[in-house]
Amino acid sequence: MEDKLISKVPEGPLAEKWTKHKAAIRVVSPANKRKLDIIVIGTGLGGASAAATLGELGYNVKIFCISDSPRRAHSIAAQGGINAAKNYQNDNDSVYRLFYDTIKGGDYRSREANVYRLAEVSNLIIDQCVAQGVPFARDYGGLLDNRSFGGAQVSRTFYARGQTGQQLLLGAYASLNRQIAKGTVKSYPRHEMLELVVINGEARGIITRNLVTGEIERFGAHAVVLASGGYGNTYFLSTNAMNSNGSAAWHCYKKGAYFANPCFAQIHPTCIPVHGDQQSKLTLMSESLRNDGRIWVPKKMEDVKKLRAKQIKGSQIPEEDRDYYLERRYPAFGNLVPRDVASRAAKERCDAGYGVNETGLAVFLDFSSAIQRLGKDVITARYGNLFQMYEKITGVNPYEEPMMIYPAIHYTMGGIWVDYNLQTTIPGLYAIGEANFSDHGGNRLGASALMQGLADGYFILPYTIGDYLSHKIQEPKVNTDTPEFAEAEKAVKERINYFLNNKGTQPVDYYHKKLGHIMWEKVGMARDKKGLEEAIKEIHELRAQYMKDVYVPGTNEEFNPELEKALRVADFFEIGELMARDALNRNESCGGHFRVEMQTQDGETLRDDEHYQYVSAWEYAGEGKEPIFHKEDLVFEFVKPSTRNYKD
Amino acid sequence: MNFTLKVWRQQNAKAKGHFETYKVSNISPDTSFLEMLDILNDQLIREGNDPVAVNKGCKNSGPIAFDHDCREGICGMCSLYINGHPHGPDSEITTCQLHMRKFKDGDTITIEPWRSAGFPIIKDLVVNRGAFDKILQAGGFISVNAGSAQDANAIPIPKQKADESMDAAACVGCGACVATCKNGSAMLFVAARVSSLALLPQGRPEAARRAKAMVAKMDELGFGACTNTQACQSECPKGITVSHIARLNREFLCAKLKD
Repeated sequence: MEDKLISKVPEGPLAEKWTKHKAAIRVVSPANKRKLDIIVIGTGLGGASAAATLGELGYNVKIFCISDSPRRAHSIAAQGGINAAKNYQNDNDSVYRLFYDTIKGGDYRSREANVYRLAEVSNLIIDQCVAQGVPFARDYGGLLDNRSFGGAQVSRTFYARGQTGQQLLLGAYASLNRQIAKGTVKSYPRHEMLELVVINGEARGIITRNLVTGEIERFGAHAVVLASGGYGNTYFLSTNAMNSNGSAAWHCYKKGAYFANPCFAQIHPTCIPVHGDQQSKLTLMSESLRNDGRIWVPKKMEDVKKLRAKQIKGSQIPEEDRDYYLERRYPAFGNLVPRDVASRAAKERCDAGYGVNETGLAVFLDFSSAIQRLGKDVITARYGNLFQMYEKITGVNPYEEPMMIYPAIHYTMGGIWVDYNLQTTIPGLYAIGEANFSDHGGNRLGASALMQGLADGYFILPYTIGDYLSHKIQEPKVNTDTPEFAEAEKAVKERINYFLNNKGTQPVDYYHKKLGHIMWEKVGMARDKKGLEEAIKEIHELRAQYMKDVYVPGTNEEFNPELEKALRVADFFEIGELMARDALNRNESCGGHFRVEMQTQDGETLRDDEHYQYVSAWEYAGEGKEPIFHKEDLVFEFVKPSTRNYKD
Repeated sequence: MNFTLKVWRQQNAKAKGHFETYKVSNISPDTSFLEMLDILNDQLIREGNDPVAVNKGCKNSGPIAFDHDCREGICGMCSLYINGHPHGPDSEITTCQLHMRKFKDGDTITIEPWRSAGFPIIKDLVVNRGAFDKILQAGGFISVNAGSAQDANAIPIPKQKADESMDAAACVGCGACVATCKNGSAMLFVAARVSSLALLPQGRPEAARRAKAMVAKMDELGFGACTNTQACQSECPKGITVSHIARLNREFLCAKLKD
């Protein structure tokens, strides 16, 4: 095992690790907490809950976000729900079962101890959120309701209509607001972190740009918490918000934090398809639709042509001319195969030329037989709000015509490497939520992202960061007037000036779309050696062209979204290249990562535990140099890795 | 489809603003309103970078600044006053969910920022809604530290109350209610939060303090008074009703009577 990649997982039985660890780590006294400064980057579920809790504990917290209010963070868009092992439904759920489902769902590419702890604190999250006034769905008896989700065999998902992420974030944001009012947390909206400052090997501050005035500022702290989300927008088109980006994490990587499992990205099968070149983002629709909808494309190419020419509608194609390809290929699971399988099967049909919309990248999701069987009222009760949303966006009534869907990128399991304490390879720098890699392995289960963000922020980081800070109580406030801060600030200004003075011709989006195209085609749902090697080369060349040819209007000293994008897209190129490199290294198929070379005869994923049962962790080696590969071997002491089976 | 756009341009908070007219053509009816603005911005960036055009004296104020993020109607970041309506002509959606098929080919569309004393303009169509954060900081929370909560099912809450609380909690904090109100009142926004928490047993201990503190902060920040025009209700993208304003008034009055 590499020196820096020590997981620090405590010894002992699985169920006792966290309890024993908490007892062993040090705490900071209230009088000393007041003297310690912590910076939190990002205000989603992870960042907001961490900052609020650290404020409650008495630390001095500064929190930064790029939007106009902490409440806008993209956690707000999560629909389905949040898992917890409450066992309120008496269906034999338990901490162990939630742990097991999560580690198996991740295709055995995450740490046992981390995942167990996640399941262990899940119940506290629900208690906390209810106490904050989160209006979860309830039954007539006044108690909390649950639904089943994402292949779990128990009902453990708590939800607030189709807006669970919004309600949980508003809860964390309310707690944050309470601390802001008390003065323990200071909020910096419309501020973007552009550099991490490392002094004597430890994280000691950040450089930010004020997105309204362009002012470059220095902030020092005894510890820095990265909660800046994932990097799904590398693909340009994704279900991520437009401003979600990987830059904060990427600049931590460039300062020495290892980047783990970058190739693990999740592709969600039920999104509204791309309608044309000008599309800016994709909209996710809950995967619950697959419970009653049947997925198909036409059998005959002539029908496909007529559909594309809008000469006929999907509903006019007779039953015998429809290819219900999931039911055909997976008779046992049919339309309810896992997300990754459903996504790849849709791609396979569209690649074969059977896509049903103008762009050829869509399949039908049809409710006609469900409506016949159950009646329209039942379907309305189950999916009414989703049908309405679909109609608002597409102008098509899904009660009469089949919906069109296509897979899209929506979450990244990979991220900054952290140990059991959520500390990165840079002491004093912590990473939580989607920004780290720790809990979801190769594939995240539905309703687990919200759980992880809040587990990290409310109940894990506030304990583990105390252990580190207990050694800093003698240290005065960080002086930002040092060569390290000056150098980081200079680097930021140089990057900004480079783009503003570049005499290019094309807007930023022109190149971002091109990058997205390479990523989607070659580092997307199906990856192979040849394609990945090409992708690395193409991305590298395209980045060089971007740096030469991109045109950024305006100045630094104003509200300038084009400049913001230019800086982020420069990083997306590098992230994309690392994703391709990692995908090339991992010559196995697991979770969302499908290597064409590694599949069974039936086209299913083929894991290679002997060679790839590890976390890949990449170290930045400097400008223009290939990153250095490290690995953390995964040890399974308590569960035995098995093949995910959904055939019978 | 082709459109003529009259767009409010304003360099910064202090500068004087004005309308500029632009044309966009070959827009697909499936394009969203914000994607249409993306297309216009692409055009403006390219024109601003065209040395021939610039040498001929073509003026270009650069791309239009507008707020947006999730583009699926939940983050509350997008705004825009379109043809006199916040979030445009369609009902119960945010601007990002508005599509060009809701307009007629050849239409002239007027696009303005939210206009309210409480929301100063940052640039073009972008305003500062920081006042909403400040109102919530005044009391829009339940005082509970992480770790101190009891079991989530310890207090049953009648389903109808929980549902009503959720109706109010659906507020995305976009500010359409303020923008459309002739008084620039933030009553619907404040009411949504006060009402959502007041309906739950967890929110009762601080209910009186919360109502008074949030209303006082709203007044302090320059938002106008409510005169029951109900414009906010008809323009709210999340369908939040003025019945929550009635609950806020009740909470506020009861709190004041106890003083």
